[in-house]
Amino acid sequence: MSATISDGSGGGIFTGKRLRWLAAGIVLLNGFFPALWILATAFKSEIELTAKPITWIPHSPTLNNFIAAFRDQPLPHYLLNSAVVALSAMALSLFISALAAYAIARLNLKYRGAILTSIIAVSMFPLVTLMVPLFEIMRGLGLLNSYWALVLPYTVLNLPICTLILVSFFQDIPRDLENAAMIDGCTRLGALWRIVVPLAAPGVFTAGILAFVNAWDEFLLALSFNPAAAYRTLPVGIQMYQGEFSFPWPTISAALVIAMIPVVVVILIFQERVVSGLTSGGVKG
Amino acid sequence: MSGVSLQKVTKVYDNGTKEGVKIIHGIDLEITQGEFVVFVGPSGCGKSTLLRMIAGLESISGGTISIEGRVVNDLAPRERDIAMVFQDYALYPHKNVFENLAFGLRLRKFSEDEIKKRVNDAAAILKIEHLLERKPRALSGGQRQRVAMGRAIVRQPKAFLFDEPLSNLDALLRSEMRTEIKKLHQRLGATTIYVTHDQVEAMTLAQRIVVLSGGNIMQVGTPDAIYNQPVSKFVAGFTGSPPMNFLQGSLGVCADTATVLLTDGVQLPLAASWLPRLAGAHGQEIEFGIRPEDIGIEAGAGFGAERAAMSGTVVVAEPLGAETLVTFACAGGEVIARMPPSVNYRPGEAATIYVDMQKCHLFDRANGVAL
Repeated sequence: MSATISDGSGGGIFTGKRLRWLAAGIVLLNGFFPALWILATAFKSEIELTAKPITWIPHSPTLNNFIAAFRDQPLPHYLLNSAVVALSAMALSLFISALAAYAIARLNLKYRGAILTSIIAVSMFPLVTLMVPLFEIMRGLGLLNSYWALVLPYTVLNLPICTLILVSFFQDIPRDLENAAMIDGCTRLGALWRIVVPLAAPGVFTAGILAFVNAWDEFLLALSFNPAAAYRTLPVGIQMYQGEFSFPWPTISAALVIAMIPVVVVILIFQERVVSGLTSGGVKG
Repeated sequence: MSGVSLQKVTKVYDNGTKEGVKIIHGIDLEITQGEFVVFVGPSGCGKSTLLRMIAGLESISGGTISIEGRVVNDLAPRERDIAMVFQDYALYPHKNVFENLAFGLRLRKFSEDEIKKRVNDAAAILKIEHLLERKPRALSGGQRQRVAMGRAIVRQPKAFLFDEPLSNLDALLRSEMRTEIKKLHQRLGATTIYVTHDQVEAMTLAQRIVVLSGGNIMQVGTPDAIYNQPVSKFVAGFTGSPPMNFLQGSLGVCADTATVLLTDGVQLPLAASWLPRLAGAHGQEIEFGIRPEDIGIEAGAGFGAERAAMSGTVVVAEPLGAETLVTFACAGGEVIARMPPSVNYRPGEAATIYVDMQKCHLFDRANGVAL
């Protein structure tokens, strides 16, 4: 297939603007349809859900599913566990990747290209291949069924993407700003925390959101490393709603909606802070 | 007392080879306390690198740098007690002007009262009191440069370093800020090192000029000495606007007369004072240097006794209002003369010009050294 994207007014459906609209449509459908479907399901009764023809918008919206979600499982406890794990992993990832990204962006490292390549390569490892070794490590350290059992692997798994994002943002910050800070009285690390990181805020927030969401969503490690009820995170906890012979879709949907709320809030808060042009004016131009 | 002292300072960059690339070749320089010194030279001459080495932003490959008697080679920039104004201002974009000025003081744990006092004093000196609440992006280029200078002043450092601070400003603002910087130095009397590629800034600001080329000092001297007694063709050609004219020729030296022989048979008699310096130089190939203001149209008018005539053709005349720059083709080359605005030359016109032989310069053509 030879589709040209640059041309604005092509003949076929796979050329020009139409291709772009098609791509945008697929992305939108893929991203929003499941979320909207779950949102609708959360307000439907089980009878309405199984009725035919399918109803898109709930006929008689009900909050019973949400009540059931809180009654059947300790949802607040899962929320707390997920929050502790995701926020800790996010904070640790940002801290470590900021240092790594600064070194890659600023120090004249000899094998900079090789380091960047290996960071990308490492991030390509499928999680399944890492699970058994990670499990062995966690068991060896006696960390199974603890927050650390998830915080540590999530941090490590987030490092490549966080580092790559921060490198590209750090590189855009003029060196003379740091030089000025160091002359003004900062150490190199001081200049990093006081000048570089605040100016790279859009990048820091982007990396932070990714790290948070990755940890919030993760199921496989959470299920394997923390089976004890006390340390269950949301993805594992929501799975507990299904019984041996029952699959309460509306209740699960309600729990999923509750699970989505913190992510949406985090993104909304950070999005406001992700303002471009923050660095304009400090240097000429 | 010594302000900043450089001894055999070298800078070598690693390029993979054993020797690396040598950027600075053993600089020796004494800057006295309170002195205003300008490093000037073409781009790539090492002037900015040298300044950054003094600031501690570049490591020192060899030699010693001391500030007020203390060797600073291994000190971090913050420990050297210097302040620097950058070409691109380097204001912290996320802090307002007050916080930009206060940043260095806060890091040094000054009391809030002292910070306020110093920032307000500096703002008053630089006339930026009304801008203290603004962010850098809401300032014009000139205002940003003032803030950058304010950030340097509040610290009351041992030395001020300026790295081409005016090169991003337009011509009018540049000359205004130049005056401001000079006033500031007169007021504060702090040791100042100023890097520029602009010879006008160098001439107007400096108490002493350091002319650099290829990582070496070409000449150190007062602006007057640099302008009137350049030690080489490089220095002579770097100062003045328009710069010195050069014509190729050779020397004719007898027992009691010396003459410059230019191409096309033009002969210019040298003043008797040249004779001791030119012993044995007969036949030497030279560059004859004369500044535009030392060429006139009327014999004697405004000139010393020793002058010589050359005939030439007018190439172009450029009236500047207060004066007119006239380019003549003569003696196998071209010279630019600074003429009164009353001259009225047409291109192609033949003219006789007079050269003030007491103000001329002779350089060895092979190595450019002044004779």
